[in-house]
Amino acid sequence: MISLIDVTRSYPGGVTALDKVSLEIEHGELVAIVGPSGSGKSTMLNVVGTLDRPSSGTVRIDGYDVAKLSDGRLSALRATRIGFVFQHFHLAAKIPAIDNVADGLVYTGIGRAERRRRAAAALERVGLGHRLDHEPHELSGGERQRVAIARAVAGDPPLLLADEPTGALDSVSGAGVMDLLHDLNAAGTTIVIITHDLEIAASLPRQVRMRDGQIVADSAAEARVA
Amino acid sequence: MAAVAEHAGLPKLTPARMRAGDVLRVGAVGLRTRPLRAFLSALGIAIGIAAMIGVVGISSSSGAELDRTLSALGTNLLTVSSGQTLMGEPAKMPVEAEAMIERIGPVEAVSAAGRVGAAKVYRSEEVPKAQTNGINTYAARLDLPATVGATLRSGTWLNAATQRYPAAVLGSSAAQRLGVGAAGPDTQVVVGGKRFTVVGVLDPVPLADELDTAVLVGWPIAEAELDFDGYPTTLYTRAEEARLEAVRSVLAGTANPEAPNEVDVSRPSDALAAKQATSQAFTGLLLGVGAVALLVGGVGVANTMVISVLERRSEIGLRRSLGATRGQIRTQFLAESLLLSALGGAGGVLLGTGVTMGYALYQGWPAVIPAWATAGGLAATLAIGAVAGLYPAIRASRLSPTEALATP
Repeated sequence: MISLIDVTRSYPGGVTALDKVSLEIEHGELVAIVGPSGSGKSTMLNVVGTLDRPSSGTVRIDGYDVAKLSDGRLSALRATRIGFVFQHFHLAAKIPAIDNVADGLVYTGIGRAERRRRAAAALERVGLGHRLDHEPHELSGGERQRVAIARAVAGDPPLLLADEPTGALDSVSGAGVMDLLHDLNAAGTTIVIITHDLEIAASLPRQVRMRDGQIVADSAAEARVA
Repeated sequence: MAAVAEHAGLPKLTPARMRAGDVLRVGAVGLRTRPLRAFLSALGIAIGIAAMIGVVGISSSSGAELDRTLSALGTNLLTVSSGQTLMGEPAKMPVEAEAMIERIGPVEAVSAAGRVGAAKVYRSEEVPKAQTNGINTYAARLDLPATVGATLRSGTWLNAATQRYPAAVLGSSAAQRLGVGAAGPDTQVVVGGKRFTVVGVLDPVPLADELDTAVLVGWPIAEAELDFDGYPTTLYTRAEEARLEAVRSVLAGTANPEAPNEVDVSRPSDALAAKQATSQAFTGLLLGVGAVALLVGGVGVANTMVISVLERRSEIGLRRSLGATRGQIRTQFLAESLLLSALGGAGGVLLGTGVTMGYALYQGWPAVIPAWATAGGLAATLAIGAVAGLYPAIRASRLSPTEALATP
C-alpha cells in the first residue's frame, strides 16, 4: 500500500525533517507512527498523503510513484485513494453534518444526490445516523471527529491517514474514536495514525517510532528479526 | 511517457471534472458563510452600476419625452422675427408680411404677435415702476395658440369680442411672477397703466418660450389703448414638413422684401434638440462619475477576495487533501468573485431601473432604459469580477497544501 525508499525531505535553511526513511506498509495494516514533536512524523504524514513531495527518494502509494504524477493526477489519487482525518477536524461552520461529509466527495465527480446518499451511509457507519442535520457547533468534540472520519471514508478510500485524531478530545471520546478506527480497519481499510501518545500507539498492532527525522524502531521489523 | 510505462497495469488517474452546479455551489460557500461581507462588497458594485444605469436611463427618458413633445407639437413651425437694421436699430417688418407669407404655397398657417414695448405690466398700481419682472406685452392674433401649439391652463383664449376690450392672457411664467394662480373675472393686472382682466393663463409653450413671459392682449385694444404701432414683431408659420426648407429659404424675402437681412428665421424645434444635445454632453460626464464608482466597487471586491483567501487557508488545504486540483481551487475563488460582482450588478440594474422609473414617473416622462445600458452594465460587472478575482484565485491555487493545513 505504502512504500517509502530512502525518502528525504529537507527544507531551505538546512532543516531535514525526514532523513533517508524507508518504510513498507501492507494493505489492511493498522499502524501508529509515534514520536515527540519535531520528530518528523507530520512531514511523514504529508509525504505519505502526497500533500508534499520528498526532496529525494521514492514514494509509492497504492502502486503509483508519486514523483511521476502531475498535480492533477496526484489530486485524483487523493480524491480516490486517501482519506484524511485531522486533529482539529476542519469542518465547515454552519453547514449540517451531512453536507460537510457530502461536500468532501465533490472532487470525485459523483453527482449531488449520490454524494448525499453516501454521506448519510458514512455517518450511519460512524454512529451519527441521528445527527445528519446538526451543524458542527451543535456537536460534541467526539461527534465532530466522527463527522470528519465519515467525510474521510465516504469515498471508500483504501488508505486512511489520521493526524493526532484524539489530540483535541477527552479520553472517553478519544477511546470512542479509536474504537471506530479499529472497526474501519477490521473492514479492510489501511490506517496510519500519527500520534505522540504512547498509550494509543501501544494499542495498535504495529508501531513505528520516529526521532529526528529517522525511524528508530519498527515493531514489525523487530518481529521479523525475532 | 515514463509515467505511462511506470504505471502500466494500474488504472489511469484522471481528476474528475466538476459539474457547473458544483462549481456554483462551491463558489457560493464564501458568500453563504459571510453574508454581511458579501452584501457590503456587492453593494459597492451595485452603487456603481445603479449610478450608470440611472444616468443613462434618465437621459434617455428625457430624450424620449422630447421626442414625444416634438411629435405632439410638430417640427414644422418656423418663426420669423424682426431683427436689427444695419445701423443696429430695431427693424420693423411691414404690416403686410403676414398676408404675403400666407400666399406661399406650402404654408399651412400663419399667426403673428407684435411687441408692445411701452406697455409694462404690474400686479397693481402700487408696485414700483422699476419692478417690471421682465414681462413683455404682446398684441396677439386670435389664431396664435393654434399655430404655436399653446394650450390653456386656466380660463379661455381671446376671442373676437374680448380682443377689443381690456382682457389679457398670461404666459405661464408671467402668471407665476405676477402671482396669478388662475384666470377669473376679478383677477386684474395693470398693463401700460390700464387695468386688464385676466381671462386665461397658458401652459408653458415649448416651441415659443418667449410667450411664457408674455402678457397677451388683443390686437385692436393694443392699438387703441396701448400705443401699439401695429407692426408684427414675430410671425409663426406652419408649413408642409416636406417642403419646410424651401419655405424657410424664401421666408425672409417674403416677410420683408425691402430688407430681407433685417429678418431672423428660426426653427424652434431645432433649438430644443440642441438643448437636448447639450444635456447629453453632461450625461457623458456623469457616466464617467458612475464608472469611477464602479471601479471603486471592483477594488472592494478584490479586497474582499484577498482577505477571503487569507482567512480560508485551512479550507483550501482541506480541499486539496480531499482531492481538489490547483485549477479547481482557482475556479472556486474566481467563481466566488464572479458571483459576488454578478449579485452586485443585478442589484445595481434593479436599483438603477427603480431610480429611473421613479424619476420619470415624477417628471411625467416615459421611462426608457436602453437595453445596451443594462447589458453593458452586467458585462462590466462580470469583467470586473473576473479581474478582481483573478489574482486572489491564483494565489489561493498556489498555496502549498501542507502550508495551508498548518495554519489553524
